[in-house]
Amino acid sequence: MIMAESNLVIVGVNHKTTPVELREKLAFTRGSIEETTEKLGSYPEIDENLIISTCNRVEIYARVNDVEKGIDRLKKFICDYHMIPFNLLDKHFYAFREEETVKHLFRVSASLDSMVVGESQILGQVKDAYSLAKSLQTTGLILNQLFEKAFNVAKKIREETGIAESAVSISSAAVELARKIFEDLESHTVMLVGTGEMAELAAKHLISYGVKTVYVASRTYERATALAKTLNGSALDFEHFKSELHRADIVISSTAAPNFIITKEIVEKAIHERNNRPMFLIDIAVPRDIEPEVNDLENVYLYDIDDLQGVVNANLQEREKEAELAMDIIQAEVGKFNNWIEALDAVPTIVELRKRAEAVRMQEIEKTIKKMPHLSEEDKHNLHLMTSSIINKILHKPTINLKKKTQTTEGRTYLKAIRHLFHLDD
Amino acid sequence: MVSRLTGGFAPVFMKIITFNIAMISYLLASLEYFIYLVYRKPGVSKLATGTVLVGLLSHTVIIGLRSQETGHGPYTTSFEVAIFLSWLVVVVYCFTHWRYKVKDLGSFVIPVAFLILLYATFLSKEIVDFPESEFRVLLTLHRTLSVIGFAAFAIAFGLGVMYLIQEKQVKSKKLGIMYFRMPSLESLDNLIYKAVAVGFPLFTLGFLTGAIWNIKMSQTSLFSWELVKLWPLVIGWVLYGLVFFGRYRMGWRGKKVAQGSVIGFVTVIISIILHV
Repeated sequence: MIMAESNLVIVGVNHKTTPVELREKLAFTRGSIEETTEKLGSYPEIDENLIISTCNRVEIYARVNDVEKGIDRLKKFICDYHMIPFNLLDKHFYAFREEETVKHLFRVSASLDSMVVGESQILGQVKDAYSLAKSLQTTGLILNQLFEKAFNVAKKIREETGIAESAVSISSAAVELARKIFEDLESHTVMLVGTGEMAELAAKHLISYGVKTVYVASRTYERATALAKTLNGSALDFEHFKSELHRADIVISSTAAPNFIITKEIVEKAIHERNNRPMFLIDIAVPRDIEPEVNDLENVYLYDIDDLQGVVNANLQEREKEAELAMDIIQAEVGKFNNWIEALDAVPTIVELRKRAEAVRMQEIEKTIKKMPHLSEEDKHNLHLMTSSIINKILHKPTINLKKKTQTTEGRTYLKAIRHLFHLDD
Repeated sequence: MVSRLTGGFAPVFMKIITFNIAMISYLLASLEYFIYLVYRKPGVSKLATGTVLVGLLSHTVIIGLRSQETGHGPYTTSFEVAIFLSWLVVVVYCFTHWRYKVKDLGSFVIPVAFLILLYATFLSKEIVDFPESEFRVLLTLHRTLSVIGFAAFAIAFGLGVMYLIQEKQVKSKKLGIMYFRMPSLESLDNLIYKAVAVGFPLFTLGFLTGAIWNIKMSQTSLFSWELVKLWPLVIGWVLYGLVFFGRYRMGWRGKKVAQGSVIGFVTVIISIILHV
């Protein structure tokens, strides 16, 4: 494949190349991006530019006249803007050119380059950066297409791989387990035993997934009432929670009790009263609140904090594997983008169009000359001059217009139309 | 009973072709479902469903041809019962797939349909006339109802296997790749119950009509065949009965139900092999 020259570059630093002390100095705020991009746009070597600045990365994407000069300009610009000596920062920079820029952006927006692979925040941040740049009109045809494409690729990867499927925090792992045990969370009930912060977080997470009924039990009734209020649930008397346990599908325990407060016997009774409908018990207290043997009961699933951490670790490994699958998708999409860039180029079409016209001209000239053997060499020469000039005059405006149009979003349509009308693809 | 052999080149050729298409389709679909289950290659799931439909189409042609040839429904010889059961398993699977959208159920049900069809290839393809009797409607009912019931049990079996895989992972806290793929325990449990709730009454009716047929025909005992052949069927019936009635009365839920539907199906298959 011929390498399309997109003249796309990216210069940046991220959590892998640069320590946080330095990264925080390089960050651009929304306000500073407005003035910066304008300044960047005023450099003659930079045609389009866009800045992404998050806590894990600062990157400038640009379309430039000259790739190497453009990269130098961007690096110097970042150093000058933040007043950091170039030699201090240079070793932290990474820079990509052409196709590699495309691949890098696809990886970033699909969250393959994130600290927690597959996290969903980065896509939103890239989208924000793009809409800001678009409103500031610092991007043009190429960067616009590149970013729109990147969002599609990110969506595709999210749908076709398990990159974002698994939970990577304790509370989301708990929710994920609940969703693998129960059919829908809407009709299920959560009981909090103890009002620990982590329990509250997990409960909120469950509520956001549809849990409607929440009970809170705590040794101090006031705290139970307060938490119940924030969770839109009802408080239970601590003395009575054991006899109410059968009402809970999910139990989150986080008390400061020194020994087990929920024993196998208690759960056995509850599960019996529930007619064996499954129960999911989450013990995030240290020392533990729930007797581990509870897990031996049928239809009862007990996870303590270490179990949940184990799930999180396993999920992180799973994501790394899915990332490989995602890279295949990215590779294919980079190829497609490359084709798009290639097709944007008006020059090959113009050359072919002229060749076609020239071929017709030569054919007709030869016919005419055969019919008119009396023509002198000078006459023949003039005939050539005249026909060439007709062709040039006819093709001049279309050529100019085509070149102009390929700088816009309609460019491809025009190129296609020309190729079709003049049979250039035969 | 009079038996005759099939004739004519074109029908024979047609039968061989359609039989092979159906069998190969189910084998291929099983592999495709498995690939989708393990690797989640996009598009493979749709491909598998398409392959199943191709198989089902030729399978329907097989049954049509056979019935045209014999002049009665596909439930007289063990060969006919096997192809009929396999066909119904696929039909009920397609319905479940369309109605409940349980991803990956195909990986556990379509291989069953394939194996039953494969088993059919070893059976005699001889044509046997349907017994002439004033009670023939009883026999027709007995066989049709039982086979539909068995097909529902095949679905419960597939769901039961999925349940046991998922349950093992959640219980042991070793969450492998299947954990992410399989649906929730509760939804599998509910679906198993639904499948058994369809299968059990049909199975029971089939059982009863068969018994009555036997009494009418032999005028002697309830069961004309030896007890050895009967016990797997009785075990199956009791197991499914427990799943069906035990849910609300005895708290038969979750793992027990899944185990019941898996073991129940095994006993049913054994009794079909012994009985038909």
